[in-house]
Amino acid sequence: MDMKVKQKKLNKKEKYTVQTRDLGWEPTYQSKDKIFPYVEYEGIKIHDWDKWEDPFRLSMDSYWKYQAEKERKYYAILDSFAQTNGHLNLTSARYLSAIKIFQQAITPGEYAAHKGFARAGREFPGAGTQVACQMQSIDEIRHAQTQVHGVSNYNKYYNGFHDFTQQRDRIWYTSLARSFFDDATSAGPFEFMIAIGFSFEYVLTNLLFVPFMSGAAYNGDIASVTFGFSAQSDEARHMTLGLECIKFMLEQDPDNLPIVQGWIDKWFWRGIRLLSLVGSMMDYMLPKKVMSWKEAWQIYGVENGGALFNDLARYGIRPPKGWEDADKAMDHVSHQLMLGLHQWNFGTSFHTDVPTEEEMDWLSAKYPDTFDKYYRPRWNFMKEQAEKGKPFKNMGLPKLCQVCQSPGLYTEPDDPTMLCHRETVFENEKYQFCSDHCMDIFNNEPEKYVQAYLPMNQLFQAPLYGDLNAWMDWVSLRDGVDNGDYELSEDKKNFDKWRNDVKSNSVD
Amino acid sequence: MQIDVHTISIEPARKAYDHMVRRFGDKPASRYQEASYDLQATENLHYKPTWDPEQELYDTSITKVVMEDWHDLKDPRQYYYSPYVLNRSREQEAVTSTFKFVESRGLIESLPDEVHELAAKILLPLRHAAWGANQHNTFICGYGYSVTFTQPCIYQAMDNLGIAQYLTNIGLMLGGTDLLDEAKQSWLDDSAWQPLRRYVEDCLVVRDPFELFIAQNVALDGLLYPLVYKYIVDDYMAKKGGSTISMLTQFMPTWFDETSKWVNAVVKVAAKESEHNHDVINAWLEQWVSRATAAILLIVEMAIGDKTDEVINDHVNALKNRLEKLGFNS
Repeated sequence: MDMKVKQKKLNKKEKYTVQTRDLGWEPTYQSKDKIFPYVEYEGIKIHDWDKWEDPFRLSMDSYWKYQAEKERKYYAILDSFAQTNGHLNLTSARYLSAIKIFQQAITPGEYAAHKGFARAGREFPGAGTQVACQMQSIDEIRHAQTQVHGVSNYNKYYNGFHDFTQQRDRIWYTSLARSFFDDATSAGPFEFMIAIGFSFEYVLTNLLFVPFMSGAAYNGDIASVTFGFSAQSDEARHMTLGLECIKFMLEQDPDNLPIVQGWIDKWFWRGIRLLSLVGSMMDYMLPKKVMSWKEAWQIYGVENGGALFNDLARYGIRPPKGWEDADKAMDHVSHQLMLGLHQWNFGTSFHTDVPTEEEMDWLSAKYPDTFDKYYRPRWNFMKEQAEKGKPFKNMGLPKLCQVCQSPGLYTEPDDPTMLCHRETVFENEKYQFCSDHCMDIFNNEPEKYVQAYLPMNQLFQAPLYGDLNAWMDWVSLRDGVDNGDYELSEDKKNFDKWRNDVKSNSVD
Repeated sequence: MQIDVHTISIEPARKAYDHMVRRFGDKPASRYQEASYDLQATENLHYKPTWDPEQELYDTSITKVVMEDWHDLKDPRQYYYSPYVLNRSREQEAVTSTFKFVESRGLIESLPDEVHELAAKILLPLRHAAWGANQHNTFICGYGYSVTFTQPCIYQAMDNLGIAQYLTNIGLMLGGTDLLDEAKQSWLDDSAWQPLRRYVEDCLVVRDPFELFIAQNVALDGLLYPLVYKYIVDDYMAKKGGSTISMLTQFMPTWFDETSKWVNAVVKVAAKESEHNHDVINAWLEQWVSRATAAILLIVEMAIGDKTDEVINDHVNALKNRLEKLGFNS
């Protein structure tokens, strides 16, 4: 052929195809079974990887270019925030409890997602799918790193941030997130995609990020707002990947439907349980509140999620099994969890408080059916006890759910006065759960969940043997500094002083 | 004149995160350090992987190399995401403007036929080899242990993909998708390409991340990049009037020099850790360097003919010198 004949210009889709999926080939020297050993054991049947529709078409040179622009902006703002003591523009240092939880629980999850997507980016036999996963992998390490850098400046001035890597592995409440991400990454590549790519990134990401970033904006946290905006276009790509992935599985073989549905049920419930932390943050930890957790659920859960599951109905997918119970619980979870965190705040590397009267009125307006009836009296009791000099601390350790690792503090879906406990026996051992849905998850894969690391139980074992002070050292929690009530904290004392120094001319 | 942008001066309560202080002492940490150390969960991993219950979720025992602390395998470039993309973004700007220049001046049309044909024959099938490299580095990133060791591997994997895409774009300029199809056929069928394809496919079943690192980033890249881009393109083809091709592949030799610094550092530190590591790596080097040499022999011969043995010998010796500096005497 005459190679110098002018070629027809390829459109974007064609060009992306030759730049990605055409790079792969059918191997002949090694079998596909050996090259992709993990792609069949989950039971998902894929007949034609070429049917994969690339969810976004970004060549590496464009990726480098766009991402570099965002990175430049992010670090410029971060540097200026640090140089100008931007932290003094926060509504209150109390706000930082939300960031402390985020850093201890979610940032390590971004890193875990990075590893998981690298593995998926190697294990799927389709080059188009692999490239999309690899891009998400490199994005996720970006998110972990920008978060660590963003929070680094707060760590210099405020307590509770200082040992997030140790606390990720050891402190009790981070195991909600750790077990979630460990569960996803120890699953096969397809389930991982449903867990993180679909359930977390598509169904739940708006519930996490939008309230979180609005909360940051409302409370003067420019560092986190900037991170949020910077991550948003990555998240948009991740969402389309998650959706494409689920459609691809469902279109490839009808036998995939029940497996995928089971994963949707499981990962929706795991996700919504994990996000209860965000609920408590929104309703209680933000000094300047954005919207209630219930309102966020209405918008980002019920409306967006409803539309999504309507769209997926044509594949035979129904809304997740736990949806109705999650919906019922929205009037309660943030209060129940926050009451728990406050009672155990001797063991948290963040501060909590009894809400002020003004805040209780806000909660009462946002939760007219439940707050005054069930939760205000309990907060009032705690307040009275504290005023009497006998703050209510629960020195007992809660029973943790074997699956989601929540303390057993949630109530029955239809009875907010009755704690919900479930129990099952497997190979002569008893296991406890917070809900029917967590018990179902266990029953479906008991061999996996019996392995769960339960931090409360661990406290009684070697090397701690129930010694609370030794535990505090072990989890790097400095008693009286990192933990306890915000009102009594060094964070508050410092923040108030610094703010006063900004406004006044007093000489020390 | 210096303007103090602080409204007030506050003494920081601490200089760095505790895990930074434990590693580097009580002083401010660099952004590379913050971005690279201890971000991977190490204790209390909840579940064994269902894809291989013999393994831990993050497992040091899946490679024969043993490190007291895997974080010792750090990147002298100090790449975390931000400097990585900033550097690549600058580099791609240069490459993009070169492609535009070549296209707008019609430089491909004025290439001598011999060079045009040679470029198509040698460079285009290599996009599949670059895809193989992407697979291997993605694997090392996914299964390797510690952030310092594995994060450069996802950058390397994305670079491998970028290189495959640059080669693809060169193919589109040289002769469009037909030519790319022909090149793929050569990759699949032509005898000259089979040893290399076999090398890549054999690597696809290696599941020891460090061995894969040696096979891909040390042995194969260590021969292929100097031979193809520095010798065949920048020297041999340029002398035949093919400097246009060398403009279009400018990313590759620069990239090889840059990434070699990191590859060298990893190998050197791992080998120095113990005699055991040294011996394990040495055995891999012996195996994979000789296989890589055989894998590219016919390709080089296809390009340059007579002088092949001499040129290959020079390059193998250069690689051996490089390895000698890392502690390996052949």
